[in-house]
Formats: sequence, structure tokens, C-alpha cells
Amino acid sequence: MTLPAAISKRLATRRGRVLRECAIEFMLFLAASLSVFTTLAIVYILVSESVAFFRHVPVIDFLTDTQWTPLFDDAHFGIMVLVSGTLVSSIVALALAVPMGTIIAIYLSEFSTPGIREFAKPLLELLAGIPTIVYGYFALLFVTPILQWLIPSLPGFNLLSAGLVMGIMIVPTVASLSEDAMRAVPAALREGSYAMGATRLQTALKVVTPAAFSGIAAAYILGISRAVGETMILAVAAGMQPNLTWNPMEPAATITSYIVQVALGDLPHGSIGYQTIFAAGLTLMLITLMFNILGHMLRRRYRESY
Amino acid sequence: MDAPRVREIRSVIARGKRWDVVFAIVGIVCLMIGLLTVAALFVDMAVKGLPRISLEFFTNFPSRRAESAGILSAWVGSTLVMVVTAVTAVPIGAAAGVYLEEYAPRNWMTDVIEINITNLAGVPSIVYGLLALGLFVYQFGLGQSVLAAGLTLALLILPVVIVATREAIRAIPAAMREGSYALGATQWQTVRYHILPYSMPGILTGVIIGLARAIGETAPIITIGALTFIAFLPSPPFQPEPPFLSFEWLFAPFTVMPIQMFNWTSRPEAAFQVNAAAAGFILVLMTLAMNGLAIWLRYRLRRNINW
Repeated sequence: MTLPAAISKRLATRRGRVLRECAIEFMLFLAASLSVFTTLAIVYILVSESVAFFRHVPVIDFLTDTQWTPLFDDAHFGIMVLVSGTLVSSIVALALAVPMGTIIAIYLSEFSTPGIREFAKPLLELLAGIPTIVYGYFALLFVTPILQWLIPSLPGFNLLSAGLVMGIMIVPTVASLSEDAMRAVPAALREGSYAMGATRLQTALKVVTPAAFSGIAAAYILGISRAVGETMILAVAAGMQPNLTWNPMEPAATITSYIVQVALGDLPHGSIGYQTIFAAGLTLMLITLMFNILGHMLRRRYRESY
Repeated sequence: MDAPRVREIRSVIARGKRWDVVFAIVGIVCLMIGLLTVAALFVDMAVKGLPRISLEFFTNFPSRRAESAGILSAWVGSTLVMVVTAVTAVPIGAAAGVYLEEYAPRNWMTDVIEINITNLAGVPSIVYGLLALGLFVYQFGLGQSVLAAGLTLALLILPVVIVATREAIRAIPAAMREGSYALGATQWQTVRYHILPYSMPGILTGVIIGLARAIGETAPIITIGALTFIAFLPSPPFQPEPPFLSFEWLFAPFTVMPIQMFNWTSRPEAAFQVNAAAAGFILVLMTLAMNGLAIWLRYRLRRNINW
């Protein structure tokens, strides 16, 4: 075969080649769109099971009832009972994680030597990877006894200990993401501030933090999402009895620990008890979504561009 | 300038510097509180759990008697679930990452996919459990099996793998692609022979971080209804007679390490809590080792690659 003949033969297979390229691109596209299908499936499952649930229970009762006893003969379905547990534990966690995480971020970004930063950042990332069940063990068998020694009236299961340990768990997330945001602030802003005679702390609080606020807000929102969605620490250390309370010293069930409690039992598929966990899951998703939208608005409001 | 004014300015400066020092100390204290708490957790578990760790602990099934209980079914279950997770999440995640970086046109569809991936990373893990309960367990009829659990965790870590793949691909200079195209390669040939091999270490880092997260996940697996007490093993994947391979284990009931630990933690007897400490210690060592490997890999890569 002469060279031109060989080339034209290769070019003749071009159609097959184009076809194969298209097929491969389509398969890659399918893989990427799996994420969209996942979201749609989550919404579909939660909504369809919840719709079945709300056929039995009016939405008004769901939102206003002050008892949550779905498995008793005298069944009540007041989701606020579980929401209160979720909110109280999250507030305790964030009251610890937000200030601590922010201070660590400012310290690492503006004060520490590069050596400390290089050492602390990977360590924080490692801590973020510890399984939450291990934190649950820690809350129940290490932190609760210490707290009981400080506050003798504290019961063995309580939201305080679970919330504090959740806070410790969230600190690395908040610190690491806030630090990334602060480091992304252009050096010229800091230099301008120092040139005006500001100290490090003044520069950090009055120049760097406002400039990085949209990134810091994103870190807070992720922290809130993690606190609201945290399950195992609460299932282990906060007790699982439903309790409408705003007092962190009491035991209480949360949305997530209720789902775990039901899943550990043996409820038949399609029963009302089975459907409650999807209604609870939908509530959880809506709370998370609310905070995410809030975060999105904050980010747009405070976005700085250079 | 007169002397009192100078003194005043000096005192203002001194006060500012004092606050700097105060804040630096507060920063170090916060960092130390965070690190020391976790150190306390680790030491506490090690002190309580280490005496319990022996060969029998790994080869015994869970038992009513705490002293003879072990984690055999738990670690075997964890391993099998991780195999399913890795086998599904790695190809799909890498393919999605390649699509978004190399193929995706700039249009609304791509935007939707990207926003979706970001949002999925923030969905609480227990919601994945509910999705799996409704979809895999009942709609697809997979039951409370290794397969259902593996697929659930694969969905959970998919965003991690996709983001890692995209970052690895983005670090490859355009000249690599241009060189490949100049030699007549098609887009897929460029991806297959250049983009994928160069980005492989980065993808691997993401996969390890994702699996380290998956191995510690408890909530979604409890939600699909995994049992907490399993005293048998799934049928082995390798058989002595043809066809040698068996996939029955995919449909077997199972338990995993974190669920075993949860079970022991929630018992009132102190002897079982010692078992929980031992299981927790092994679990933490495993996740720390995996995360440490990933961080080390990333560090090495950053240093060794000069395009």
C-alpha cells in the first residue's frame, strides 16, 4: 500500500471515530448528570413519603402540636419537639465553634509564623476526618462525667455535652475555611492598613475580616449545616426521648436522632411510623436549605471584588 | 511636638501592641484547646481500649459476653462495603470530573450540574440514608445489603471525588492538550493518554479522603436498616470450584465498624464500653492513616511536579 492510500484508508475510518467520540462524551455527561438525578431522587423520596404522611396528619398539627409520640396508641406528631432539640444542640455547638474557629482562623492567617501554620492546617484537616461516632463516645463517656462533676444535677444524657463536643468537631471546618478566605485577601490591603499605623489586631479586625466576610459567612453556614445534620453524637449522648425544651441541661431527641431510633427498630415498610422519618427528613432538609439561602444572600450582600 | 503629646502617642502605640500580644495568646490558647481536646479523646480511648486489643478481638464475632466479643463481622463488613463504594464512586466521579473540565459547554445545563454538586456536598449524611432507604432498599429491592450500603456511601462521597478530579485536571497546563491535538489525537485519546495519567495522583488523593469519610459514616447505614448484631460472615467472594467468583456477598446482611462501636457505646455495662473504646481506637487509627496518606500524597505532589 502506498502512503497516500494508507492515509486515505485511515481517514475513511473517521466516521467510526466521530461516533465513538460522541458515545464517550455522552457517557461522561451521564456520569456528571448523576448528581442532578441524586438531588431529584432525594426530593422525590422525601416529598412522596411525606405526602403519604400528611394524608394522615394535618400540617397544622404537625407544626403546632407540643407532643411527639408517633409510636404510642395516643399518637401525636408535633415536629417542634424534635426541632427544639436540634436547635438547642446546634446553638450550643455554634456558640463554641464560631468564636473559637474565627479566632483560630485570624490567628493562623494574621499572627502565626508560617511554620505554625504549615503544622496546624494539616492537623486541623485531620481532625475534621474523625468519625462522628467516636465523638459521640467521647461526649457520653468523657465529657458528660466532667460536666456532671461541675454541675452535679446534670443528667447522664443531655444536650449540653453533645452540643459542646459537636462544637469541637465543627471548629476545624470553620477555622480552615475562614482562614482560606482571609488568606485570599490581597496583601495590598494589609500593607495599606499597616502604612496608616494600624496594629496587627486592628488590621485583622477592621480590614481583613470585613474583606473576607463573604468567605467567612460561607464557613459559618457550613458549620450550621453540619450542626443541624449531625446525628451520631446526639443519638449517643443526648438520649433519644422526645422533649420540648430550650434548656441544654436536659436530655432530648433531635430530628436526626429520631430517625436513627426508628431505623434501629423494626418498623414495617409503609406504616405511619415509617413515614414519620421521611417527614422528619424533609423538615431537616428545609432547615438546611433555609440556612443555605440565608448564606447565599449574606455572601452576595458582602461580596468584595478586587 | 511637645513632650506630653509624644508620650500620649507612645502610650496609644503601646496599648495597641499590648492588645496584639493578648490576641496572639488567645489564638494559641484556642488552637491548643481544640488540639488538646482531641488528644484527650485519643488518649482516653487508647488507655481504655488498648488492653482489649488482641488477635481474638479481630477474629471473634460479637457476643453477649463482653470479654469474648470481637469485631470480625464489623471489619469484614466495612471492607466489603468500601469495595463496593470505591468501585462505583471512582469511575463515576472521575468521569464526571473529566466531563466538567474537558467537555462541558458553557451553558445553563453545566451550571445546574455544578451548583448541584456544591449543594450535595452540604446535604446531611442522614438524608442520603433516607434516600437509600426509599430508593435502594425498597424501590430497587436490594434490601439491607452490602450493595445498598456501598451505593449509598458512593453517592455520599461522589462530590469529594469530583472536586478532587477537577482540581487535578485544572493543574495540567494547556500545552499538554495542545501537543496531543497537534499530533492528531482525538479529544478522548487526549483524555485517555494524557489528562487521566497526569491527574491520577490527584484523583487518588480525593478518593482516599472520600473513603476515609465513608468508613466512619454511621448514620446513613443505620438508616437503611443495617443490623447491629451479626454473628456470621457473608459468603466469600472467591470459591474453590468454577466459576470461582461469587457475588452472593453483595446481597448479604452485614454490620460495619462504626455501627458495632455505636452498639457497644449505647450499652450500660462498662465492659462493653471498653470494647467500644477498642473499636473506636482502631477506627480512628484507620481514618487518620488514610487522611494522613492523602495529605502526604498531596504534599509530595506539590513538591515534585514541575511542568
